[in-house]
Amino acid sequence: MNAARPSPTGSDQDRGQDKGLTAGQNAPDFSLKTTPDQRVSLKEFRGQPVILTFYPADWSPVCSDEMALFNQVLPEFKKHRAMLLGISVDNVWCHIAFAKDRNLHFPLLSDFHPKGEVSSLYDAYNENEGVSERALFLIDEQGVIRWNYVAPIGINPGADGVLQALEEMHAATTAR
Amino acid sequence: MPRLIIPVSAEDHRRGPDDSPVQLVEYGDFECPYCAAAHPLVQRLLQKFPEMLFVYRHFPLSEIHPLALPAAYAAEAADRQGKFWEMHDMLFENHDRLSEDAFFAFAETLDLDMAAFEEDINDPSVAERVQEQFIGGVRSGVNGTPTFFINGQRYNGPLNERILESTLHELAPI
Repeated sequence: MNAARPSPTGSDQDRGQDKGLTAGQNAPDFSLKTTPDQRVSLKEFRGQPVILTFYPADWSPVCSDEMALFNQVLPEFKKHRAMLLGISVDNVWCHIAFAKDRNLHFPLLSDFHPKGEVSSLYDAYNENEGVSERALFLIDEQGVIRWNYVAPIGINPGADGVLQALEEMHAATTAR
Repeated sequence: MPRLIIPVSAEDHRRGPDDSPVQLVEYGDFECPYCAAAHPLVQRLLQKFPEMLFVYRHFPLSEIHPLALPAAYAAEAADRQGKFWEMHDMLFENHDRLSEDAFFAFAETLDLDMAAFEEDINDPSVAERVQEQFIGGVRSGVNGTPTFFINGQRYNGPLNERILESTLHELAPI
């Protein structure tokens, strides 16, 4: 399920990779296909928080699948009006079949052509494997990145980090 | 980053001594094949480490496993009659033939009061408890099922008996 590593409970694994655009930077806009004839652009969601979840590939085993997990956590994100977008280099037909199989209630975007272009824009592309990293970005209502995390190779990030970041962001906004 | 945010307490389903220096917490889904596969492994670890405290918490991936929630409710209902672990074991051991009918059959095998069992699986407070455990798991960094926490830290290694044994040995040399 998860990659075999020498220290299974080592906290060094939990720090994540030193990659990905960081908090404070503007989230680059993009326009990616979600179906053969529909595109989704980041700027459509200006005015609400956006969670971008980059992942290597559709069809990983369901019990260790980050998309299935996020799908299950979706109601918590919706409490904060956050829009969840999944991005991998799979093509649209693969996404459509995968989303149907896993009963996903959020869009999957296809970073297929040019391959990995948007993932690279976010410094979340794994050149060796030719797939997106397991990377999360929280973007605020003004389109600024507020939190990011790029998981170590082979380890799913889970939803705790982004959920906490979203709640903290929301609390800061309502406190004003 | 991923640490158990809800400490083990008397509210939990526990097997082993409460004051153990080694705590193994599993977040599981009764319909998940990996959890079913991990069940005999956990049983063997419990035999090898009788001084270990083992805790099971619910993490039902209900969107993809339609029986995950009903199974969790069945386990909670059995718990109300003091037979959580018996039901837990039965659910994992019969993983390939789970169904709502099967849950009732298991309850009968366990000699449960069937009227109470049926009432309890439909009790909203049971659903609440399962949901609470699920959210607690999300916030602790559960990233799939099964996810194990050893002394509060998420275990990221393979579900390999030898590796788990040596990890546990480091914490509780015997």
